[in-house]
Amino acid sequence: MTRATVTPAVEGGRWEPALMRRRLSGTLFYGACLAAIGLLLLTLILLLWDVFSQGLPWLDTGFLTRGPSRKVEIAGIFPALIGSFEISILVGIMAFPTGVAAAVYLAEYTGSSRLTSILRTNISNLSGVPSVIYGILGLALFVRIAGFGFTVISAALTLTLLILPVVIIASIEAIKAVPDAQREGAYALGASRWQMVRQAVLPAAAPGIMTGIILAMARAIGETAPLILVGAFTFVTFIPQPFSGGYTVLPIQVYDWATRPQADFHGLAAAAIVVILVLMLALNALALVVRARLSRHIQW
Amino acid sequence: MSITNPKRLVTLTLVAAFAIAACTSGGDATNAPATGGASASPAVSDAPTLSGTITIDGSSTVFPITQAVAEDFQIANPGVQVPVAFSGTGGGFKKFCKGETDLNDASRPIKEADEGEGLACTAAGIEWIQLQVAIDGLTVVVNPANDFATCLSIAELATIYGPDSPEELLWSQVRAGFPAEKVERYMPGADSGTFDYFTEEINGETDAATQFATQSEDDNTLVTGVAGSTYAIGFFGYAYFVENTDKLSALEIDAGEGGGCVAPTDATINDNSYAPLSRPLFIYPDVTKAKTRPEFKAFVDFYLENATALSAEVGYVALPEALLQDQKDAWAAAVGG
Repeated sequence: MTRATVTPAVEGGRWEPALMRRRLSGTLFYGACLAAIGLLLLTLILLLWDVFSQGLPWLDTGFLTRGPSRKVEIAGIFPALIGSFEISILVGIMAFPTGVAAAVYLAEYTGSSRLTSILRTNISNLSGVPSVIYGILGLALFVRIAGFGFTVISAALTLTLLILPVVIIASIEAIKAVPDAQREGAYALGASRWQMVRQAVLPAAAPGIMTGIILAMARAIGETAPLILVGAFTFVTFIPQPFSGGYTVLPIQVYDWATRPQADFHGLAAAAIVVILVLMLALNALALVVRARLSRHIQW
Repeated sequence: MSITNPKRLVTLTLVAAFAIAACTSGGDATNAPATGGASASPAVSDAPTLSGTITIDGSSTVFPITQAVAEDFQIANPGVQVPVAFSGTGGGFKKFCKGETDLNDASRPIKEADEGEGLACTAAGIEWIQLQVAIDGLTVVVNPANDFATCLSIAELATIYGPDSPEELLWSQVRAGFPAEKVERYMPGADSGTFDYFTEEINGETDAATQFATQSEDDNTLVTGVAGSTYAIGFFGYAYFVENTDKLSALEIDAGEGGGCVAPTDATINDNSYAPLSRPLFIYPDVTKAKTRPEFKAFVDFYLENATALSAEVGYVALPEALLQDQKDAWAAAVGG
């Protein structure tokens, strides 16, 4: 027997319980964990307090429905808000089918060959590539070679590439979490592989897949760097069109206002940050609701 | 095992997407700026209605002026869309010289021998003209608690910001009589035109600078840094000093040409006696496009007409009248109007 055992405090061959010391180290560990989470929460609360105290005075319906202006009293975020909406919805539409299909292929159709594991490692690595790299790729591929120009569609395609690895990984995890008994059960009833995937695996994996996609969309909403590269504008007073003309998004509007010398613009930036936070929270809440609804009937 | 149909969710997402697409493609007629688009300007009422899109990129320093001009131009001409971006003077020129933008904002002249700028423009057959629209005074600032430094010479600034400056530089090494405290240096990031201009004028070579300064692309970070430390020094555009006079002191600059110490003010920047740190701000319109697109020519005309009032409003110093007239003449000659 070479099983590892807890080393007891042995003194002169006699085992000592050393209760005091063990309790003390337990308490210390508990304290360290508490301090870690406390520090995190404190930072978050300070950040939120700072943003809300600066931004709330500027936040009203006019702020949401007006265009940007050099005059702080009449400045708003409407074009940026619409730009962010259009892009995130297009990203969702494009990333959903491609991401899920790629995940199904990797999880259900290829065995555990060397090629598959190389592919999966690479996809994991891609999710760690700095977003500005995707901007450079998007500029060359979508703006110049494909000729879409500085438009919403170029931005949406670039961000789709950016979040695809995240969507694929989340979907693979969700598919792997479906018990093999489900697959065997489907086969036992005479299902083909396609029927098994469509009727047994995908419905069971749906909550995890949807959560992954919605959270990835939330990440796309917060991106700035790749969009500046693919030609997002900063000052846009009109409603962006998907396939022509300029557009802007909320984080770029925030960047513009936050770097201005006049303090009033910093208030506008804080107000726009509050709007982004609310959008993020809404998407996260949506992810929770979707997850709860889709998994309501799953039983094994 | 049963489940609510995931198809329904996908359908819902698609419906929402099309609803938004339908709302937004409602036509150009609804695209007037949200702010007072109805007010027709008498200045353009006799001209034919202009329409089209004018795309602008370039320097973030010039951006506030161009933004103000674009805002007022779109109110006067609701049919024209003028989106403005700021990917930096150099980044903007790369797009401009591929013909992807109509006008580039610049806080330094175009590099004519640079592959991404002048040479690329020539290769692509892009004909540009340089028009100065305002002046900025690079302002060297210290903490208000700093009571020893009020005026620095170019050589002293080069001691602080030059490429050979040591990491542990003391104020007493800048000038005998200053305290033996470490100089805390702040400066804009190397991608900015501000950095290019300062290093060129002070250190004699663009991009040659000490590696021991704290750099930030956001000038507000520099303001906070200098405002928070007694022995700090930094520099940035005049507008950032004007907004923070309660937190910072501006140094006078001695150019060493007999002019003595000169403080940056509207007057000294305007008449160029605040030398050598008064820098010109430019726009580079595409001349060929202006000849064929009336809305673009009208925009540049409007820019030069309103540059004085709008550059002052956003915190820059307006051009002297004679210099502005030179720009108008050059532009009129270039587009044959």
